[in-house]
Amino acid sequence: MSISVERTWWRPLDREEKIWVTIALIWCLGTFFMMPVWHVIAKQNTPNESYRVSVDDFEKIVVAFNEKYKVREESGVPVVHPPAGSDIYLAGTGVWQWSSILELEAGKQYRLHISSIKGGGTEAWQHGFSIVSAKFNVNFQIVPGYDNVLTVTPTEAGEYGLICNEFCGIGHHLMASKIIVKG
Amino acid sequence: MAEQFRTCPTTGLKVHLPAEALIKVNAVAAVVCLLVGGIAALLVLLTRWPAVHLLNEEWFYRFLTAHALDMLIAWIIFFEVAALYFGSTVLLNNRLPAPKVGWVAFILMVLGGALINWQVLVGQATVAFTSYVPLKASPLYYLGIILFAVGALTAVFLFFAALVVAKKEKTYEGSLPIVTFGLMCAATIATFTLLHGAAFYIPTFLWSAGILPNLDPMMYRLAFWALGHASQQINVCAMVAVWYLIATLTTGAKPLNEKLCRTAFLLYVLFINVASEHHLLTDPALSIWHKIANTGYVMHMAVLASMIHAFAIPAMIEVAQRKKGFSKGWFEWLKKAPWGNPAFASMFISLIGFGFVGGITGVTFGNMQISMIRHNTWSITGHFHGTVVLGTTLAFMGITYYIVPLIFRRQIFSETMAKLSPYFFGGGVFLFANAMMFAGGYGIPRRHWDVTFAGAQFPFQFDPTAFFFIALTGLGGLLAIIGGALYVLNTTASVFIGKKIQ
Repeated sequence: MSISVERTWWRPLDREEKIWVTIALIWCLGTFFMMPVWHVIAKQNTPNESYRVSVDDFEKIVVAFNEKYKVREESGVPVVHPPAGSDIYLAGTGVWQWSSILELEAGKQYRLHISSIKGGGTEAWQHGFSIVSAKFNVNFQIVPGYDNVLTVTPTEAGEYGLICNEFCGIGHHLMASKIIVKG
Repeated sequence: MAEQFRTCPTTGLKVHLPAEALIKVNAVAAVVCLLVGGIAALLVLLTRWPAVHLLNEEWFYRFLTAHALDMLIAWIIFFEVAALYFGSTVLLNNRLPAPKVGWVAFILMVLGGALINWQVLVGQATVAFTSYVPLKASPLYYLGIILFAVGALTAVFLFFAALVVAKKEKTYEGSLPIVTFGLMCAATIATFTLLHGAAFYIPTFLWSAGILPNLDPMMYRLAFWALGHASQQINVCAMVAVWYLIATLTTGAKPLNEKLCRTAFLLYVLFINVASEHHLLTDPALSIWHKIANTGYVMHMAVLASMIHAFAIPAMIEVAQRKKGFSKGWFEWLKKAPWGNPAFASMFISLIGFGFVGGITGVTFGNMQISMIRHNTWSITGHFHGTVVLGTTLAFMGITYYIVPLIFRRQIFSETMAKLSPYFFGGGVFLFANAMMFAGGYGIPRRHWDVTFAGAQFPFQFDPTAFFFIALTGLGGLLAIIGGALYVLNTTASVFIGKKIQ
């Protein structure tokens, strides 16, 4: 036996096939158009602003920011209360901690810069910035050497969990902290 | 030359003996990797289930890394190489040119796979599947991946060489059968993916060896996913080719319109690779318009291809079944389909599961706004277990029930185990993947040793509902592992102690 296939198989489609391909194509075009459309009508969008920054420079910025706006400490971690509407800085560190606990004001807009620093560790790892709460979660990628700028407006007062969701080494599961929003 | 062939008594196909030997060793290597990856899967599953929390963090991340590499890379690619040799020789009455090259490829892949597993298990490469820079594994680990990729690439070239020989020696009439055509598309995607992989792991290897001072982590992400996601597109393409093969073998169905099916395969080759940037939607450095163009536009042409196959395969089965007289009402053809045939059951569950569990979620999570909610959560893990486990792995398991009698010339050891396996495995992964996606909706992260944050400074308490879904994930995972164990046991027993077929 040998398997043989017709040489000429370029035949027109049957009615059912045409209907299905048309439906599928319309559906695909619909989802395609929705991608830019969502970007216009959605209330939350992925950031479109980022910069290259050296790991050491970002570390200096974070240290200065923490010193300037520190209001107290919780278990040795600085709680930082920056002025409403300002540029704020947060980093995941090489020793699997978050650089500070941010204390923000509800209803105010901030430019949140996230990146990675050594912070006493050997390397600045890639981290996952993940805000978790009973109501929602939102996630962004932290890449060392890059400043990912998120424009955020906290809407409701409360404490929100902040965890790392990118595998960053053996202490990954310890990277849990919080962000405080004051009413 | 003539003595190098035997004629298969069941199908009448000519089987080239050196090709047959290569199909055998690659298929056996695949199942061995599935076994190793499966053991790792069980350990990872029992650790992520907070009620058990089996391994410590060190071993958890090692086995997690091993699980991904053994399953996603080793099991699937070894099996695909076997499928490539099968599709280019047996299906075409053809010989495999230069079988020695095939053995070199095989040895390279075995060496690479062994290096990878060794380095991961001794703790020299606890970097997860993605090994995101600056996480650094030992140079031997990267060398292992390079050897494996070069070996696989050599096998792919051998497949193309066999196609050229078949055409030259006119071993088949007319056009290539659709299964070989589909495999050829998979091999095309494999060529640029593996070339890219080798080219990109070489600098990583040099960096690990201390020769290159540093690598840009963002460039690494972009380059990694052009390999990491594109290699999954080889699987999609090969899986669909296997669906066509199983549909024909189990019900005698033939593609209704070859133009439609082949165009769909071509759409995969042209467009599917671009979906790689789904991984980078919440990243810095890439602009919004870059992301929209990449994931919004071109990717949907590959979605269209999947939707065409999702229509064409059930349609051809329906026509074949109706011809047999199962034509009462709308669905008698489906009700009377050979559900007791493990190959058919595997194929159909794989088709439905790939589409509804893996495919739809893949497209949905690829939307930028939804990606913000789902990125790096367990939902993503759920998505790709829907595609590569429920889809690809189950389809490959299904075709095994034909490879064992046709190539190994052994009867299946236990019909009962064969019948049960696809339902346990398919049902298990279905539950597992969906529960995982729900848990991810609550923010449960992927690749995480302890979501209760027991030792953390400021432990976060997830919603208790999330833990219900984690438990369901564990349950589904156990069912899937039972199904997988039935498959591994049964195929191993068939190959070694199954009744010989003359």
